[in-house]
Amino acid sequence: MTAIFKREFKAYFTTPVGYIVLAAFYFFLGLYFYIVYSAGSPQIPVINIQMSTVATFLMPIITMRLMSEDRRQKIDQALITAPVKLSSIVFGKFFAAFAVYALCFAPTVIFEIIVASKVSVNVLSYLYSLLGMLLLGGALIAIGMFISCLTESPAISAILTLVINILVLYMSNFASMISVPEGSETFFGKIWEKIVSAFVVFIEKAGFIAAVSDFADSVFSVSDVVYFVSIIAVFVFLSVRSLEKRRWS
Amino acid sequence: MINVSGLSKRYGTHLAVKDVNFNIEKGEVIGFLGPNGAGKSTIMNILTGYLSMTQGKVEIDGFDIVEFPEQAKRRIGYLPEIPPLYTDMKVREYLNFIYDLKKVKFPKKPHIDEVLRLVGIDNVANRLIKNLSKGYRQRVGFAQALIGNPDVLILDEPTVGLDPKQIIEIRNLIGRLGKNHTIILSSHILSEIQAVCKRVIIINRGEIIADDTAENLAHRLSDNKTLLARIVCNEEDMLATLKTVKGVKSVTSLGQMESGSYDFVIEPMDGNDIRADIFDRVVSRGKKLLALNDNRLSLEQVFLRLTDMDTKEAKELLGSETVAETNTEEEEEV
Repeated sequence: MTAIFKREFKAYFTTPVGYIVLAAFYFFLGLYFYIVYSAGSPQIPVINIQMSTVATFLMPIITMRLMSEDRRQKIDQALITAPVKLSSIVFGKFFAAFAVYALCFAPTVIFEIIVASKVSVNVLSYLYSLLGMLLLGGALIAIGMFISCLTESPAISAILTLVINILVLYMSNFASMISVPEGSETFFGKIWEKIVSAFVVFIEKAGFIAAVSDFADSVFSVSDVVYFVSIIAVFVFLSVRSLEKRRWS
Repeated sequence: MINVSGLSKRYGTHLAVKDVNFNIEKGEVIGFLGPNGAGKSTIMNILTGYLSMTQGKVEIDGFDIVEFPEQAKRRIGYLPEIPPLYTDMKVREYLNFIYDLKKVKFPKKPHIDEVLRLVGIDNVANRLIKNLSKGYRQRVGFAQALIGNPDVLILDEPTVGLDPKQIIEIRNLIGRLGKNHTIILSSHILSEIQAVCKRVIIINRGEIIADDTAENLAHRLSDNKTLLARIVCNEEDMLATLKTVKGVKSVTSLGQMESGSYDFVIEPMDGNDIRADIFDRVVSRGKKLLALNDNRLSLEQVFLRLTDMDTKEAKELLGSETVAETNTEEEEEV
């Protein structure tokens, strides 16, 4: 796993990909901090959470090549025929992408220090927001990695990842658009009402933005942590299965 | 060392490999020969655990590739048809990565230096792979397979796309490695197989149609021993003359292969050695005999003949004992 991790992490910085992602992220982060800071005392935890939109748009660039490139250049033949488990290949790649993503948040430490030098801050609240963003990123990377497993083309992988990321992130906003039917008399009508209202509750709660927002309020939300960790686990598992499946088809 | 039994692979409705069986002993160098799309690469991909089989069993040094993949894969070095290279890495960096990936136990730097030297890429060790020529990339792929010094080397068309000098170098390298490795080599360059492999497995449409030494194959397929004569003469006169030699069954002219002379294929009656008689007759007519050879089939001709036929015909021609015979030979060796 460490061999794959080292190679993939390094690859982000031997190609321009890593630099572009970091530069773009730092630009928006810095801009946002500057605007909020000059307006008054900024809340770094809030800034962190607000960056989830930028993260969503940059994520496909981080994950698009993760699996698809290997397959296109036939390097997967070396990886799969090496005496390593498929899961360690997948985890190595996942953590490499995750490390690049984590680096995106490095400047917020400096921001927090700058703010702390002026007003008193709640460090715990900052750490919670950071945890929330890392979990969100982990989940988006896992999804992107799985999509990258499905195709040989990084471009298709990137576009598909972007669409799905936007969907899962802002799912909660769609909840209000769905009108739940009410006052049905028939048995099936009542069941339909239940199904629709359950669905609305589901997309309202399951949207990533809704889940990650809780971390901004300096509360440690166990259910949200469990939610993101299980998303990561499911998509890492699916990635391993899709590599496995390719051998049998 | 390598045990394959009842191996089949189905892609959808297409049966790419049909019930393939063979055994390879430690230290053997085997050539897989077959036209494009015969299933060579598929078999190699299954042997190395890249693809799984639909049916059958593959054992590497006693370890089943499906049940104990890590132990089995540790014993294999694989050079696929397209060398698996990260083109954005430097040669040494890439080999370091493969070393870590394979969890090799030898001391790192000396081992990688040795491999670099062995395949002759130590002079490009610090160059980016994407800037290397095809021949060098192929050799980096070769080096990748050699990392960890595995007992079994599986090489899928290792010389494809190389220039003649590089082909000879790679061939020599395979020859040297063959002394202490078990090697499976696939190729459609027949001279290559003939040069480095003692045993040849010919595959056509997913089936093994021959499994024997190159010489035996050529021998089995040759008809009556015909002779090839090159004579400076008038074509029609000589044709008539040769037919009158005692013991000659038939003569056909191949026409002018070299300017001023004609080539003839002479078929003797069973068991007759007519070479001396032919020489005397040609000389007595005042003509010059430039060459007189056994018209043995080359492996190339064997290959073309076998792959042109369908599987049944080929097996009949070779006699169904071909496969059985090699098996008993191996048992005797054990």
